[in-house]
Parts: sequence; C-alpha cells; structure tokens
Amino acid sequence: MKRLINLAPSRGGRWLLGLLPFLLLAMLYLSLSNTRLAENPNDRLLPTPSTMASSFYHLATAENVRTGEVVLWTDTFASLERIVIGVGISALIGLMVGILNGGIPIIRAKLSPLVTVASLIPPMAILPILFIAFGTGEAAKIALIVIGVTPFLIRDLQGHALRLPDEQLIKAQTLGASSWQVLLRVLLPQLTPRLLNATRLALGTAWLFLIAAEAIAAQEGLGYRIFLVRRYLSMDVILPYVAWITLLAFLLDQLLAWVSRLAFPWYHSGEGDKS
Amino acid sequence: MSLLAAKRLEKHYGNHVVLENLNFSVEPGEFVTLVGASGCGKTTFLKMLLGTEATSRGSLTLDDQPIPNEPGPDRGVVFQKYSVFPHLTVLGNVMIADELHSAKLLAKSFGAAKRRAVEKARSRIDEVGLDHALSKYPHELSGGMQQRLAIAQALMMRPRILLLDEPFGALDPGIRQDMHVLINRLWQEQQLTIFMITHDLKEAFELGTRLWVFDKTRHDPQAPEAYGATITYDLPISRDRPSAELKEALNQGGMKTHSQETLL
Repeated sequence: MKRLINLAPSRGGRWLLGLLPFLLLAMLYLSLSNTRLAENPNDRLLPTPSTMASSFYHLATAENVRTGEVVLWTDTFASLERIVIGVGISALIGLMVGILNGGIPIIRAKLSPLVTVASLIPPMAILPILFIAFGTGEAAKIALIVIGVTPFLIRDLQGHALRLPDEQLIKAQTLGASSWQVLLRVLLPQLTPRLLNATRLALGTAWLFLIAAEAIAAQEGLGYRIFLVRRYLSMDVILPYVAWITLLAFLLDQLLAWVSRLAFPWYHSGEGDKS
Repeated sequence: MSLLAAKRLEKHYGNHVVLENLNFSVEPGEFVTLVGASGCGKTTFLKMLLGTEATSRGSLTLDDQPIPNEPGPDRGVVFQKYSVFPHLTVLGNVMIADELHSAKLLAKSFGAAKRRAVEKARSRIDEVGLDHALSKYPHELSGGMQQRLAIAQALMMRPRILLLDEPFGALDPGIRQDMHVLINRLWQEQQLTIFMITHDLKEAFELGTRLWVFDKTRHDPQAPEAYGATITYDLPISRDRPSAELKEALNQGGMKTHSQETLL
C-alpha cells in the first residue's frame, strides 16, 4: 500500500473527484428546497432551479418598458466597468510605487511606512468620507476599490522586488546600466507577472468593496440589484446573481492567469502540474 | 604601472575584522586564483573589487585611482548562480549590454541598432557555443550552459577585469573541464585580467598564473573576530611546471595553516 501522499488520482479521476463536492451540495440544496416547497408551495427562501432559471431568463432578456434596458446586462456592464477601472488604476499605482519602493532605497525609506499604515486602514470605515468627498457617483465606488486594493499590491510588489537576488542588480550595473535602466529592464519585467498574480489574489477583495459600495449607493450594478430585491425576499434572483458574479470573477481570474502564462512563460517555469 | 594595487588594505564590520594587511599589485593580463577556507573573506574581497563593499582602511587603486564605489562596466562579473536574467532569452541576455549602452532612455534598441546588437551578441554567443539555444530562457538551460551564457554576457562590454565567484562550483567535473578550456581561451584572446575564487585547488593551479591563499595569520582564541585573514601565500604559477610539483613545494614551504587542512 502506497503512502497517502503518493496516491495521485488519474486525469479523468481528478475531474470526477473535483465535481463530487458540487454534486453533493446541489443534492443537499434540492432536497432542502423540496421539503420546504412541499410544506408551502409559495415559499420564497429556497426556490426550485426552474424558478431561478425563469427569473434569471426574464432579467437577462426582458427590456424595461420605460428605458429599453435589460436589467442583467446593465448591471453587469456597470459593475464590470467599475471593477476593471478600479483594479486597473490600483495595478498601475501598485506597479509604479512597488518598483520605486523596491528599487530605490531613498524612496522606500520615505514611502514604505506610509504604505504599511495605509494598508491597515479598513477601507469600509472610510467609505463615508469617500461619499462625502466624491459624492455618491462612480468616483466614490472606484476610489473605494483603489484604496482597498492598492496598498496590498504595493506591499506585495515591493517585497518581491526586495527578494530579487542582489546578483542581478550588480550584474546589470556591471553591464553599464543606470538606475533608470535597472528599474526599466530588470525590475519592471520581473515584477509585471508578479503584479498579474497579485491582482488575481486581490480580485476577491475588489469584488467585496464593489458590492459593498453598490449596496449603499447606486442606481445599477450587480450588488445594487441583490440588495434591492432582498426587500422582497427574492431568493430566485439573488441566488442566480451570486452564481453570475462568481462566474464573472472566475472568468476575470482565468483571463489574468492566461495572459500571464502567455506573456511570461519564464515566470511559470517553476510550476509543476500540481493542480 | 600596475592595473590594480592595494596597500595595507583592511575591511571590518564593526569590531569584526574580515580582512587585514592586504598588499599586492596586479598587472594587466594576470589570472589570479583565490583560495582559502569558507568564510575567510574571499567573497568580501571580490565585492570590494566590484565596488559593492567599501574599504575600511588602506588603499585599493585601479589605474592609480581609488576603486569606484559602485559596480561599473570596466569590471565584469560571473557569480555561482543568479548571474543571468531569468526574464530574457539567451540572445536577450547577451544583447542587453549593448542595448543599455546605446539606448539610454528606453534601454531597448530598434531597427538598425537592434540588428547590430543582435549580430554582435550572436558572435559572442557563438564563442561560448550556445548558438543552438538563442531563443531559450535560462530555466531551459543546464547549469553549464547558464554559466556559459553568464560569461558571454559579462564579456559583451569588453571589461578589463573579469571577476569570477566560484563560477564552476556547481558543475559536474566533465563540464567543468570544458569551462576551463573556454575561460582559458577567452582570457588569452581578449587579454583579460581575471580574479577567480575557487574551492578546487586543482582548478586554481590549472587556470591561474598567480595563486593567492587567504588565511588568518594571527589567532586570538578569546576573541576570534579580532584578527582578519590576509594573503598568506602569493605564488606565481608557471604553466610548464606540473601542478603536483608545486603542491609539494607548497608543503615543503611549511604551509601548516588552516587552509592546508581544508584544501590540500
């Protein structure tokens, strides 16, 4: 008998084993839903999959009579726009400050403590300030994402820059590189894949801030919709919306992973096929 | 005029004396091999030549000028590892030297300048025998190939001094032999002055024209950090004399020190 740590499932087996927990959860939900609906056919808490599907279909196809907009797509585009802009700005700031902090000791001495302190401020606590400062429009929501995500990205990139072997920086200098050239040709290309990786991890946090901001003040958006229909206990809308958000988050995550593998093959050389 | 000279050179970290009383002068074209027990300050010495460690006392001069206090293109270096850039291909790793030189702002050349850089880099890569692996990344190369690449890269800017910190320490004996042939050829062709740290005494005798043994001459058992290492033996190696004979001469010279126990 092999040791447990040496027992690896085959490729197909891994798929099946990965699917198993999902199936179990689905069965659990169905049985609970059936018992509740058997007692009270009008129960709204655990709707059947067909109710959810028809509600979701309605949201995804029916045009609003007054505005001609389809709810699901308006919400999706509004939320995606906010998160992409917010995370994009964070990534840009994170990369620039991370490189400067990691590469230039004088700048690090000034900025590093500030970043550390800033990263400890709970962003939700300053959301009221953002609403006061930026109004309840798009700017406040994007600012919340930026404030929540950027310090994490900066700290991650700065740490990674400091972990680059000194040998590489010395080598670049013996080839005649100036400070600017070291940042541009040694730090920037090595930190960019790291940035993609860190951004993937930060996406979850970004979604959290987005939904929270939308829940408090918005006219459209995925988070706004969920909190709106909560008043009517519309679980048949909330559950598909949550699944839809999860799918979007998954796709964004995979997109970043794919870009990283394509553009920076050397960065992924150390990864085995342990998945 | 000697290329590199030191007078009563010392290096301490606080009260910890690492190196003391170093006196030497090295002429252009010499191949100096540095041996000594681990932790006796050989690498610190190399870092002082590189400019990443400051001297504490005494003088270290390059062309009669104090040695620059940061690395520069006149002193190339090959480390035991991390010597090449993991994010660049073989061609990119060698080309970068030319690009850093010709494109100050972007550090990347385009068009005709790029073609010239590629051509120059390719001839360097040919010299070290990596012409079949131009578009490979360092992680796809074996240890020996990575060190060949590091050497090609270091020589791209035609440095006058080449510093080698145990460059072949992690390689198999067979590959090591190939690397000896390569470094010996490049040294002669390009009239380099080489400083090489090694743990392999045979290698030190085979390659060098001059052997330095680093060791402590004074010991204080109460305060082991009070005295630093110095060059205890500075031996010219003549190439026609077999190294075994030299080793014997060393023994008869009464090399009864710590380094003898660890090295011979």
